[in-house]
Amino acid sequence: MNLLIGLAMGLNLLALGTNRLPSLIRVMSLQGVVLGVMPLLMEHDTLNWRVEAVALATIVGKGLVIPGLLRRAMRAANIDREIEPFIGFVPSLLLGAGGTIAAVALARALPLLPEHAGTLLVPGAIASILTGFILLIGRVKAISQVCGYLILENGIYLFGLLLIHSTPLLVESGILLDVTVGVFVIGIIVDRIQRAFDSLDTRKLTTLRE
Amino acid sequence: MNPLLLIIVPLLGAALAALWPSNRTRPWLLPVVGLAHAAMTLWFFINPPVVAPGDWLGFDPLARAVLPAVSLLFLVCAAYGVPYLRIRSERPNRVFVAVLLAVLGLLSAGHQARHLGVLWITTEAVTLAAVPLIHFNSTPRAFEATWKYLLIGGTGIALSLLGSFCLGYASLHGGGVGDLTFTALTAQGTGLSSPWVKTAWVLLLVGYGTKMGLAPMHTWKPDAYGEAPGIIGAILAGGVTTVAFTAILRVRAVIGAAGEGPIADRTLLVIGLFSMLVAALFLLGTRDFKRMLAYSSVEHMGILSIGASLGGAGVAAALFHVWSNGLTKGALFLSAGNMRRAAGSASMDNARGMSVLTPRSAAIFIAGMFAVTACPPFGPFFSELQVVRAAVASGHGFATAMFLGCLLLAFFGLTRVAFGIADGRPRLAAKTNAKRCAETIGVIAPPLVLLGLSLWLGLRTPAMLREAWAAAVTQLFPNP
Repeated sequence: MNLLIGLAMGLNLLALGTNRLPSLIRVMSLQGVVLGVMPLLMEHDTLNWRVEAVALATIVGKGLVIPGLLRRAMRAANIDREIEPFIGFVPSLLLGAGGTIAAVALARALPLLPEHAGTLLVPGAIASILTGFILLIGRVKAISQVCGYLILENGIYLFGLLLIHSTPLLVESGILLDVTVGVFVIGIIVDRIQRAFDSLDTRKLTTLRE
Repeated sequence: MNPLLLIIVPLLGAALAALWPSNRTRPWLLPVVGLAHAAMTLWFFINPPVVAPGDWLGFDPLARAVLPAVSLLFLVCAAYGVPYLRIRSERPNRVFVAVLLAVLGLLSAGHQARHLGVLWITTEAVTLAAVPLIHFNSTPRAFEATWKYLLIGGTGIALSLLGSFCLGYASLHGGGVGDLTFTALTAQGTGLSSPWVKTAWVLLLVGYGTKMGLAPMHTWKPDAYGEAPGIIGAILAGGVTTVAFTAILRVRAVIGAAGEGPIADRTLLVIGLFSMLVAALFLLGTRDFKRMLAYSSVEHMGILSIGASLGGAGVAAALFHVWSNGLTKGALFLSAGNMRRAAGSASMDNARGMSVLTPRSAAIFIAGMFAVTACPPFGPFFSELQVVRAAVASGHGFATAMFLGCLLLAFFGLTRVAFGIADGRPRLAAKTNAKRCAETIGVIAPPLVLLGLSLWLGLRTPAMLREAWAAAVTQLFPNP
């Protein structure tokens, strides 16, 4: 369990360090699969169909559908495979590593129920959220920003696992809906930005400013 | 009658609009559904249904205090939508009409949500549904605005989900059984785990505050309001932001029950004042009259947030302000839309002499501008006066001074732009353009009606409304 969360945290750093879009998408989809497996391991003694459904939907959604859509958008728009950073790779890696340490420290301050005490869920979640923010802010291309947003969502999903036992599926299904629809809509927009600007460079989106 | 009809009817209307074959007659669905919705809302307003404590959706006192304003605003905007879409007949309106009706249904659901998860899902759905409305004009500028709206709004919505989880965990940690209705959370009260409650409050305030457009999370607002059609601006500013505000009020009640009320109030006060200050400063700089309305909206969201921080009297004033601001802003957005079409630009540099080109819209715009800057006897004057009174009564002298200072700065900013576009000699190109955009009764009556409603709210606030606001305050502060 903690091994998987550790793996997801490692993938965060990989996502920050990579300089090619396809590998960023691959890292993201791998993280999605890792997250999808997690509820199965967490609840292996009291496995019910709801948990299985969440796991399956996560693996298919985060691991296959969304990366597929992003790849298609990338091909369709004929985007350059390089990632252009606002915040360089080394600084963002350092930020990410610092963020991970801060996440572990921060998680200490929050009290946990005895059954969650030993897990890395909370630090893992905070670290992923921070990574997501760094990617959102620090990358130029629309697709890498979408990846950042998805990693942010992954962090929130990790946190949601704390509640998978007690709250109705509602909240969980909310996330998946959000992710798929969000990317779907973002995908359309990306397509339009492409047509309107002939690039996916969000730096060019600067007409509207004070 | 079941209050769920308020959600179902607009959604059915949306489905019908999506299937409706004719581009020419489809816009009529807007006022038809709007009228049905308004009639039902009025019925529920007069005969409030009983809400069981465990219900996930229900027409409770808070919904009763706010939803009629949204319904009324939507009805008037829907009436404007028919002539507007006739003018814009070159563009297919299937998506526009269907989505607008869906937004109405989702807004009704959001206002009635009594469950943390349902509230989040509806807010999320409204955010996504508004996307095609914002890029209706399909210009590169509209796409840029939509992209920023999605990215910032999406992040905000993600943070509010995280906040919801934290609040859920606070309940779980305090021995809760996973019941996330606001009634259950409030009943748990001080049993909620305090560190988690504080974390949840920060995240939910940032998340729903982004949706509401509180500074510094307001940056999507000028872009989205500036590029979306005026009718959409009116509904975003008067309806969508209101859902986020009621969300914050509902969450605030839980935080208050958990014994962290003073912290919540302090953050609301600070973020509200900061929003007013930021908005006032940007109002002094902007040259675009639609972006100006967006900054004015940020300012008024700040006022709502300040009102919410001042206890019972302040919340009642804030609910009053939801009505007066929503209706007045509607009048401003609709008349601004008329002027924008005639001038062919929303910038002060190109739009000049609007009092000659579009005399009626310009007159409504100027009157609305005075109304929204709290000149008596319009509604906003009285609601802001109540906020000030509540602030003074609770001993917030410095905050009151800053509040009034920001209002004054905003007044300078708004009058500068409004008179800048109304006065002067119109451009030659705009003159020929304005001839094509004649001011028919269809595009003049709706903003005029909204302005009249704002005046009516100010001159004689109906006793029933006051009673509804007081009931909502009792719901939020059961033991003052």
